[in-house]
Amino acid sequence: MSEFLQQLVNGVTWGSVYALIALGYTMVYGILRLINFAHGDIYMLGAFFGFYAPGLIVAAGARAGEWLEGAHRVLHGVPVLGPGLGRLAAALSAAGSMADALQALLVLVIAMVGCGLLGIVIERGAYKPVRRSSRLAALITAIGVSLLLENGGVLVFGPDPKFFPQIIPSSNIALGGGVTISNQQVIILTVSILLMFALRFIVTRTRVGKAMQAVSHSHMAASLMGISVDRIITFTFVLGSMLAAAAGVLVALQNPKIEPYMGVMPGLKAFVAAVLGGIGNIPGAVLGGLVMGVAEVLVVGYVSPTYRDAIAFVLLIIILLVRPAGILGKAQAEKV
Amino acid sequence: MLLEVAGLDVYYGAVHALKGVSLNAGAGEIVTLIGANGAGKTTLLRTLSGLVRPRAGTVRFEGRDITRLPPHEIVGLGVSQAPEGRMIFANLSVEDNLELGAYRRRDRPGIAADRARVFQLFPRLEERRRQIGGTLSGGEQQMLAIGRALMSRPRLLLLDEPSLGLAPLLVREIFKTIQEINHAGVTVLLVEQNAHMALSVARRGYVLETGTVRLEDDAARLLQNEEVKQAYLGG
Repeated sequence: MSEFLQQLVNGVTWGSVYALIALGYTMVYGILRLINFAHGDIYMLGAFFGFYAPGLIVAAGARAGEWLEGAHRVLHGVPVLGPGLGRLAAALSAAGSMADALQALLVLVIAMVGCGLLGIVIERGAYKPVRRSSRLAALITAIGVSLLLENGGVLVFGPDPKFFPQIIPSSNIALGGGVTISNQQVIILTVSILLMFALRFIVTRTRVGKAMQAVSHSHMAASLMGISVDRIITFTFVLGSMLAAAAGVLVALQNPKIEPYMGVMPGLKAFVAAVLGGIGNIPGAVLGGLVMGVAEVLVVGYVSPTYRDAIAFVLLIIILLVRPAGILGKAQAEKV
Repeated sequence: MLLEVAGLDVYYGAVHALKGVSLNAGAGEIVTLIGANGAGKTTLLRTLSGLVRPRAGTVRFEGRDITRLPPHEIVGLGVSQAPEGRMIFANLSVEDNLELGAYRRRDRPGIAADRARVFQLFPRLEERRRQIGGTLSGGEQQMLAIGRALMSRPRLLLLDEPSLGLAPLLVREIFKTIQEINHAGVTVLLVEQNAHMALSVARRGYVLETGTVRLEDDAARLLQNEEVKQAYLGG
């Protein structure tokens, strides 16, 4: 029993990562009816942006420190401002040794912002020009963007795996009954749950979120409300890319080996998770991700690790046979 | 003139949907556009809202050329539309639908006042304010579509077949409300198949036939016109 509970804990943690990625697939599909096959690669880039972020933070801290030192020297005669600048300068120079949690948070934010901006570039540069073409053209573009990001990654980051810095040293917490959870798992769960609630708030409570729902229902009706459909589509890519980036950093905290093709399998599985929950449906993506994570961990634990990747596609086949619209999706006739 | 349309040519692929259509509407008027299915009435409204790009011709609103503006900017200028098929956001509540109608506005008190005004025009919507749009009856959806279009505080309201699929009693009610809206100072361009109803509330009318304006006259005279009687008023 305790073994099963342990598997469940691991499965839900892993599933919450799938859920974060699946949300991006499902939101973009909801708004554009496009399967953004490059989405898994955004997750990869999130991990790489996170990898380079600490260096960036230290460099920026040192640079700002130097600058403030200079300002301090010039202004040291000025009361309050002078000593204050001096203290700030010292603090920023010590940025490299800043508290683990704070640094991890900064890394997460930098990766999310970086991927959010990249989301804008990809949407405006690759998808917008083919939006009025056939859906097949958009799909092929998505595959092209995916290949570009993977091979661009090899070019820029090199083909060899990199090792994500262990910002937060691993430790285990006993939950009782022989079940343990690592502090990294706690972080993954906490951050993903917070992000999902943040997303839920944005989509259901804010003006831009309601506009997203309107655009997802009908571009024509939304534009008749005065909504700039283009802007909402870009915003959706930004949101989805930020969630995928967060997933990339969270996973890298636990499994530090990162390489340019690391997004392929998780991306594919998160896509299956989105279909499982009902593509276009936001709670469905979360549910699908959790089901996927738990199923995968259970198969590894009780059947054979060999089938780890197979189970995703077994689930896909089953859901397509039994309930093609997905667990929470509504069946609707395709207009021809 | 509030709205001046001149020589509009619209193609859907190879289909020439509008052939040099010109029409106008003065401030405070109700102008109706009648015609059979496929005459190009909906295409015209879509072109006015910026959803369809004309190949030639101009659309001027309050003297300003809006022919090539994107739809959301046209709404911002004061032209809104209750489109064909109502296009209610089926997953959102009545309140949220109305809120989206006011998407470009930031003046909260003004929005609240206009919502109260919409509820006054359509008390049924207030009763169902928290109900999901998709669960409303056809008539209620039409009320919501018109109310939602009013939330942007338009000076020109485009209505595409508000009577479609509604019971006669309800049609009369909707048309009475359209007149009320007009009395409050909103110019209305009304597209209808129900020619009799439309001509009896409008000041002027246009008859559209396969993409061209066939007739243009005071509504009262069109009601008496033999041709119109034959073709659109059931003899």
